Amino acid sequence: MHMGAVDWGILALYLAFVLAIGVLAARRTKSGTDFFLAGRSIPAWVCGLAFISANLGAQEVIGMGASGAKYGIATAHFYWVGAIPAMVFVGVFMMPFYYGSKARSAPEYLRMRFDEKTRTLNALTFALMTIISSGVSMYAMAKLIQTLHVFDIPFEHLGLPQAWIFHFAIVVSALVVLAYIYMGGLRGAIYNEVLQFFLIVAGFAPLVWLGLRQVGGWHGLQTTLGPAYTHAWAGMAHASTNKLGVDWFGLVMGLGFVLSFGYWCTDFLIVQRAMAADSMTSARRTPLIAASVKMFFPFLVILPGLIALALTAAPDRPGAHAPASSGAVATIAQHEPGVIPIKMDSSTGKPMLDAKGHPQLDYDLATPNLLLRYFPTGMLGVGLTALLASFMSGMAGNVTAFNTVWTYDIYQAHIRPEASDEHYLMVGRLATAIGILLSVASAYLASQFNNIMDLIQLIMAFVNAPVFATFLLGMFWKRTTGHGAFVGLATGTLVAALHHGLTLPVDSLVGAKGGWIMVMHSYPSEMAQNFWTAIWAWSACFVVTVAVSLVTKPHDETQLAGLVYSLTPKIGGDKGPWYGNPVILGGIVLAVTVALNLIFR
Amino acid sequence: MTFDVRWPVGLLFLMIGALVAAAGLFGPQPAGPNIDLGWGAVMIVFGAVMVLLAALARRSSSKPEL
Repeated sequence: MHMGAVDWGILALYLAFVLAIGVLAARRTKSGTDFFLAGRSIPAWVCGLAFISANLGAQEVIGMGASGAKYGIATAHFYWVGAIPAMVFVGVFMMPFYYGSKARSAPEYLRMRFDEKTRTLNALTFALMTIISSGVSMYAMAKLIQTLHVFDIPFEHLGLPQAWIFHFAIVVSALVVLAYIYMGGLRGAIYNEVLQFFLIVAGFAPLVWLGLRQVGGWHGLQTTLGPAYTHAWAGMAHASTNKLGVDWFGLVMGLGFVLSFGYWCTDFLIVQRAMAADSMTSARRTPLIAASVKMFFPFLVILPGLIALALTAAPDRPGAHAPASSGAVATIAQHEPGVIPIKMDSSTGKPMLDAKGHPQLDYDLATPNLLLRYFPTGMLGVGLTALLASFMSGMAGNVTAFNTVWTYDIYQAHIRPEASDEHYLMVGRLATAIGILLSVASAYLASQFNNIMDLIQLIMAFVNAPVFATFLLGMFWKRTTGHGAFVGLATGTLVAALHHGLTLPVDSLVGAKGGWIMVMHSYPSEMAQNFWTAIWAWSACFVVTVAVSLVTKPHDETQLAGLVYSLTPKIGGDKGPWYGNPVILGGIVLAVTVALNLIFR
Repeated sequence: MTFDVRWPVGLLFLMIGALVAAAGLFGPQPAGPNIDLGWGAVMIVFGAVMVLLAALARRSSSKPEL
């Protein structure tokens, strides 16, 4: 499928609107509060959609489709066990302290609640993580655009080498994101995230509809793929009887509790969107509005992976070929390729084989290839624009979080404490440019390693998992002290590293995947190792924080009002209709999530 | 309210919807349902609703937005 004039027109329109929103947002960006917090003036529904979009980067759209093809509907655990309960928790219980403390960033809350050293430790690890993940997002996008060959013909016309497509994709997306954040700050990012959210839905919803039609609906998927792919909870009693390689305890504790709460409740890239809300009630509603939409996202991002697999596995379907497990590579190459292609080794040009000698499927291309195959000119433009929008929103989320943490938690805290607001605004703009430059550098670094995606999972288990214990104890146990928090956080991170160094998933090589100290235990899958790294890191941080807090001098309780649950007056009298009440809204969201789990059990 | 994001969302969807629907009407289409025309129409309706809501909100608030 090649892009027609209509498709180019749609892409160009999108870019024009994105930049126009940046210009409009810039008109209202006059102070640091405008630039870093969007003037705390954004309505709840806008924050809620931005909250979803900021997370809807490459890892989400491409990764969830890939996992859908690899693990089946069990991938939905990332939503129905992971994200949704955590989003309800942050809205109902944690937002009063984030928003109410008037902290300008998540690390700044740690400074108000604990001390400077805890804040600095969190700010530094967080800044590093945002740069790496925005770089990886950029790399994944450029690689995808190159693999899809959508720019091949225009580049040929212009007489440019095909190798430049990769550089072109990185430079253009970096410049566009730089332009709208440099001008409009967080406000520019949030308004664009809303636009990007609607485009992503508009691009993927018809793809799912067309795909389901092709495979004979949900029932067709069930008969083609079998129960292992279409039941989320089948075989979860033991790690050996399901595709994820984890048991229910590891899943609920590791993914559901530690990793998801760690990400959705403490990651500033997410929390920043709610902090921009126009009132406390809006801030609390933000994650709940996001959750009520996000719980249906498995149908939008995971189903394409399942559909692509069904169209790859069923030989009697038009445009599909025999599954890769049928054997000889040569015969497969002669058929029309399936939706999910065989993974090629870029250095040798030969198909990559698994341990049993079967060719591996390139799951990352499941969703994009489905789009190229079933969308005619017109919808193709919408679909590719949706992909581009998701990459940009993910990158922008990282960049706005980075510029705020760098300016307030590192520059203002340690380099120039007493400067004017204009000075910090200028530093924030500069940090945006530097953050994007560093992201580009890490994108090129990512292209040097083939296991960078594992690395990012790892960094999240190192950074987000232990810090969730710090926030939890800080907000809900008044006895927690600064020394306790700092030592606990450092220990948690260290334990994550130790656990990773001592364990290895089966069939993996010692190195970036673990076991670099010695292999004491081996896990049935990478996912299991990742979940248990998080569980260990969180537990270590929790226990050490409590222990050290008990032997150090408690904080003065009068200083902790508004920062700790038991010392903060209850928020009562939410105005507005009953469905706007965060607690009721949270209850409804959880009930529907339970129902979804039961339907797809 | 500072700046109503429903304006750009609505306008962009109207324009993209029109382009896609036109591709469905005049361009070559694969066998099966005309997804361009159908989804283009959905995008036009969505864009129109967004613009309408934004216009109503502007009218009801005393000071103009933007």
